[in-house]
Amino acid sequence: MSLLAVKDLCLSISGTEILRDIDLAVDAGEILGVIGESGSGKSMTALSIMQLLPRGSETGGVIALDGDNILAHSEAEMCAIRGDDIGMIFQEPMTALNPVKTIGEQVAETVMVHGKASKAEAMRIARETLDRVELPGDRFPLSRYPHELSGGQRQRVVIAMAIALRPRLLIADEPTTALDVTTQAQILTLLKRLVDEDGMGLMLITHDLAVVADIADKIVIMKDGEVVEAGETVALFRAMKHPYTRALFEASSHQPARVPPTGGAGAVPVLEVKDVIRDYKLPRTSFFRPAGHFRAVNSVSLTIRKGENVGLVGESGCGKSTLSRAIMALEATQGGVIRIEGEPVTTDKGASLAARRKMQVVFQDPYGSFNPRHRVDRLVAEPFHLLGSEAPKGAARRKAVEEALVNVGLSAADADKYVHEFSGGQRQRIAIARALIIHPSLIVLDEAVSALDVSVRAQILDLLADLSDRLQLSYLFISHDLTVVRAITDRVLVMKSGEIVEAGDTLEVFTNPQHPYTRTLIEAAPNLEQALAAREAAAAAPAE
Amino acid sequence: MSVYLARRFVSLTLSLIVASFVVFFLLEIVPGDPASFMLGLNATPEAAANLRQALGLEGPPIERYFVWVLGLLQGEFGISYAYKVPVADLVADRLWVSLPLAIYALTLSTLIAFPVGIIAAAKRNSPADLGIMGATQLGVAVPNFWFAMLLVLFFAVTLRWFSAGGFPGWDEGFWISMKALTLPAIALALPQASILARVMRSSLLDTLSEDYVRSARAKGLSRRQALWRHALRNALIPVLTIIGLQFSFLLAGAIIIENVFFLPGLGRLVFQAITSRDLIVVKSVVMILVFAVILVTFIVDITYAIADPRLRRAR
Repeated sequence: MSLLAVKDLCLSISGTEILRDIDLAVDAGEILGVIGESGSGKSMTALSIMQLLPRGSETGGVIALDGDNILAHSEAEMCAIRGDDIGMIFQEPMTALNPVKTIGEQVAETVMVHGKASKAEAMRIARETLDRVELPGDRFPLSRYPHELSGGQRQRVVIAMAIALRPRLLIADEPTTALDVTTQAQILTLLKRLVDEDGMGLMLITHDLAVVADIADKIVIMKDGEVVEAGETVALFRAMKHPYTRALFEASSHQPARVPPTGGAGAVPVLEVKDVIRDYKLPRTSFFRPAGHFRAVNSVSLTIRKGENVGLVGESGCGKSTLSRAIMALEATQGGVIRIEGEPVTTDKGASLAARRKMQVVFQDPYGSFNPRHRVDRLVAEPFHLLGSEAPKGAARRKAVEEALVNVGLSAADADKYVHEFSGGQRQRIAIARALIIHPSLIVLDEAVSALDVSVRAQILDLLADLSDRLQLSYLFISHDLTVVRAITDRVLVMKSGEIVEAGDTLEVFTNPQHPYTRTLIEAAPNLEQALAAREAAAAAPAE
Repeated sequence: MSVYLARRFVSLTLSLIVASFVVFFLLEIVPGDPASFMLGLNATPEAAANLRQALGLEGPPIERYFVWVLGLLQGEFGISYAYKVPVADLVADRLWVSLPLAIYALTLSTLIAFPVGIIAAAKRNSPADLGIMGATQLGVAVPNFWFAMLLVLFFAVTLRWFSAGGFPGWDEGFWISMKALTLPAIALALPQASILARVMRSSLLDTLSEDYVRSARAKGLSRRQALWRHALRNALIPVLTIIGLQFSFLLAGAIIIENVFFLPGLGRLVFQAITSRDLIVVKSVVMILVFAVILVTFIVDITYAIADPRLRRAR
């Protein structure tokens, strides 16, 4: 009998069908990877197991934990099961902890709420559990508050809360999506170790095939509230019986066709950054000492030529976003020069209109970067204010908007709609249209495809590659996702602690990294093909 | 923490200095000469000038400003033009009515608002929530003096439980005085409680949908436990802000209620002082009110830091 057996699980919320006949099983000591794109129902499956569904939800079918159908349990009985028999961790470690309680209190609470121990005993267990998730007591006393920890450390605390009572089943919903690649690798290793130590079943939900390929024993692939394919990991990826599995697989390693940039070796570079420095003032710690400085960008230089796509990779906090903001004249700099097609961006009065109109930006969040009360034509035409009196008016303006929309694969009629009528991928197209409309030379893409599902991401990458080739656009492509950077850029810059530690041709850097940090990054990045090959090799090798 | 408090202290002291400047020079340019007002219509210019001299109204404004501020610092508020008694005594008498009234009303308002707001948030969209939201809407909309008149009609005129107004003075006994302040306090508290309950509800609804509440539920806490242990304390910051603002308002803004109930409070004192050009009283009372507001703000800042560890770091 499986530890967790979900049979014919159906879910509807306020009459809308969300899940249909979900079947899946997790054994003790086993890792089940649940893969799907947004809206596939993978998180709702997890919340159904926890019985933490939104109001108006109706479930059907059976969710058996060691043969006991927990769907039939009352809310009070579920409270006893949650945290004790089933633990759960969520995606966003920055908000998953209560900011006003210490980490010790929050981990101990899991023990105390189930009445398993006295306060002192619960605190002892909390200490022990935090040690298990590699937050040692000398550096992470129980009295720490969440805001004193990094994202990866917070995710460890969340894991500690979930495993404090050594539950039989752990559900992890995108536990590493918000984390850097190196932190992601550490958290995955930690989860694997805990599964091995406790003989716990782990249901690992993710959108990233590569993440599960390495550690999952079995895989379930979900689409539109249904399970489309399930099986043992390596066998499933090698066979890929279902067309959707194949499509996902292809999209996740998609490489858009590109024409290498030809010209401009001698011409004025599109972007020239020379010895740029950005200091932040730190809060004063004392009235009697001057405030300190934090150097976010330390004398960085780079050049982008016409039609060239340059990637900028690094972990969060390395200064890549600060640098991009400085380039866009959204941040003051404390030293160095930034020129865009020879036009200085770093002047005392800020960038001139002439400099600003040569660059545009596309941000990460396709939901947050538009005013929901404006129609698409107004949103897309926004950059026209950079042209001043030269901006097209009336019919010409409308024509420019429609042209930009068609350029990004939308229709001219979309100009009259509001953004809520579009999906995430379509919104990102609108954001690109907005960037294109004044024919900039440089577009800064700040994690522009990071929030998108793999299949949509592949389409957007194709679009970006096509635009770059067709319009001789240059990109500064900022991302923490090395696969994407590898797919779309000609050159790549690796940034660490405010400095560029390695720069070179993308292929060269990826195949033959020079700097140890670049090597760490590349090794930590999940790689589907390598993971599968390694597991096959391990399976083929004679057992010792 | 100490850096945080020191910073708050410095900024509040600066506000106090700026406020004293504004209050003093605003009243300098207000039309109407206290001396001619006191002497009546038939006064000769010479008599008015003499009186101005006696009242300390002559001389460069900046000099008189420093004299005034130095006096304030030593507790010397000057002599009221109209009452001919030290302003300090005048204000102290009135403060003994206004301050207890404000505290009484604020206590009532908080005691009503907290449970009501929490129930509304915990049972969102239930009949209880809808009822509470309707009642508080009414409470916000209806002016407090109208409440006051209803209270007087019902409890004083019909039931005869309370007197319709007036204040016997604390010498008559604590409970008698408190009883006299009860109807005014209720009239002041109801609209404030309505606002506070609505803020409490919306703030709590925000925190209830936070990720950490979901984490708490995943640990096995019931809905109610998650609300009490995780959502409530995080919801307090906006509520504390409103409480601070309300106290300042209750201290100074009770003027209409003081008139309805014939209470000798600060609000009435200022009102009378303005109409009789008793500017020295106006200046002093306004400065005392500013000081009270700043003190309350400082206390609220301290409670922020207690409620939220993130604020204890100097920012």
